[in-house]
Amino acid sequence: MIFGENFRIAFRALWANKMRSLLTTLGIVIGVAGVIGVVSIVQGLQHLLTKQFEGLGANFMIVQPRQQFGGPGMVQKPVRLTWDDGLAIRDAVAGIERITPQVFGAAQVKYRDRVHSSFAIGVNQDWPAVNNFAVDRGRFFNKLDLDRRQKVAVLGLDVVDELRLADPLGKEIYLGSVPVTVIGVMEEKGQTLGQNLDDLIFVPFDTALGVFGRSAAEQVQLRLRLEGTDDVDQVREEIRQLLRRRHRLADGDPDDFQIVVQDEILEQTNTLLGAVTLVVAVLVGISLVVGGIGIMNIMLVSVTERTREIGIRKSVGARRQDILVQFLIEAVTLSIVGGAIGLLLGYGAGRLATSLIPGDLPPAHVPLWAIVIAFGFSTVVGVFFGIYPAGKAARLDPIEALRYE
Amino acid sequence: MALIELRAVRKIYEVGSETVRALDGLDLDVERGSYAAVMGASGSGKSTLMNLVGCLDRPTSGHYRLAGTAVEDLGEDELARLRNREIGFVFQTFNLLARTAAVANVELPLIYAGVARRERRERAREALEQVGLGDRMLHQTSELSGGQRQRVAVARALVNNPSILLADEPTGNLDTATSREIMELFDRLHGAGNTVIVVTHEPDIAARTHRQVVLRDGRVVADTESGP
Repeated sequence: MIFGENFRIAFRALWANKMRSLLTTLGIVIGVAGVIGVVSIVQGLQHLLTKQFEGLGANFMIVQPRQQFGGPGMVQKPVRLTWDDGLAIRDAVAGIERITPQVFGAAQVKYRDRVHSSFAIGVNQDWPAVNNFAVDRGRFFNKLDLDRRQKVAVLGLDVVDELRLADPLGKEIYLGSVPVTVIGVMEEKGQTLGQNLDDLIFVPFDTALGVFGRSAAEQVQLRLRLEGTDDVDQVREEIRQLLRRRHRLADGDPDDFQIVVQDEILEQTNTLLGAVTLVVAVLVGISLVVGGIGIMNIMLVSVTERTREIGIRKSVGARRQDILVQFLIEAVTLSIVGGAIGLLLGYGAGRLATSLIPGDLPPAHVPLWAIVIAFGFSTVVGVFFGIYPAGKAARLDPIEALRYE
Repeated sequence: MALIELRAVRKIYEVGSETVRALDGLDLDVERGSYAAVMGASGSGKSTLMNLVGCLDRPTSGHYRLAGTAVEDLGEDELARLRNREIGFVFQTFNLLARTAAVANVELPLIYAGVARRERRERAREALEQVGLGDRMLHQTSELSGGQRQRVAVARALVNNPSILLADEPTGNLDTATSREIMELFDRLHGAGNTVIVVTHEPDIAARTHRQVVLRDGRVVADTESGP
């Protein structure tokens, strides 16, 4: 009945102590800002990663070396995965459409006096088809180029821009100390987590080994495109058995390689991001509790300070519940205003973070559920920590309260 | 039937190990339209009587009927309702809300009576005009003199048309001239048909009323009518 009136009273009381109200609600502000900030970044990442990997398709597979830790005396057995393994897989396992090796590393490119720090990626002719990449101008290298160990390169768009190659095809550039001829430019691909897919120099596998050194040949990643999506599990198991034989692993030994399919990549990123979210949720929970205790503290102070006001209100006819609701609304208003400020701050921080880190992060994205949760928790905190001081106020004896100095 | 009927009312407090009989078998009737003073030395039970009559408290034993309602049987919320509808308090220390406009103070009982905003403001304005503060509506209470503050308190007491105006040492914090002003205001309100009860220890204040009830040790020891 007098609910609206109580809101007005609450706002007036809080406004009368602006600084105190602001400091009191800071815990809630930080808690909610934290959850919104992190959720916005994580959600953006998830959004982008999902998009990225879903594009690869369900018949995409990666085989990569996996270092094993532990064992007697923490000795690390060197793990190897070579293109010979890849060729053996291609020849022995049915159902594989294409397979490419991939070695990857930082490399300097130079054209005349212009130098650019970029990344070289050594692959074979099947790489674009396996990874759903396409050439924009010129061509990708073919089997003949690889067999003849041609010193050719296909550039990402950003490399072309950085070297200011107006007409890149046919130009000779230096990859480290190795001169290569540009034969193509890749289509624009955008950016993914930690990697600009347009800042790449594609070179034949052997050429890359020339740049990175022969040791890179033992740490090769294999990327496969299967003929269909139905026999993914079977292909995977056959590859696994083959590699275990080739690597002479005993029955009890763990795999020294890892086979990843698209579903697992998504699952892994989701698990990781979920873990991050959980940790943040715990931290935010703690800060909300601390914020709530701050609100309870200041509400108790406020009840004591306003004992006389409570007495006056009771003497003119305020019932217990009127006083209870008045102070409860005050506590909830404090925490909700804190939640709203936190929401804006968190969103701002998320946007700021994504814009400050150049190119690597997707735009901040605040899902509706995060907003609902932020306000929901603020309200719950306000009610939970406000009920005790409000109850104390409501139970005050009017005669005592009127006498209070 | 009298407006106020007190029968064999006792109010007993335990203070530490001591038992204080603040009211000890008090009988009192007050008719509607009365103008009465309650007098007595400090400790005679004046304040306790005021708290009981004002429904801020309940007797330990005995009966209190206010306008036919048996107060001793009521719960907290019903007491609050009675205070809201039937009682208008005027305190020695004014008891206005600080940092709040005069009109908002006067509106307070109407808020708890559930009166809508616009009507509230209108009735508060009328009450302030009645006490001669129509031009001070929006002044903060801190900007008003003592006499003006007490008049705001009287307006607040009046605004919900209570059965009784209950004033506890209303002039205790005021100088002589202002005290006279306030008492003239009470005279006028009584003249307009209000029931006014003033608790005071000042004989000249009591002399303005038409009935003087004297308490000692929680009982009525003298009850004289002097009015018309």
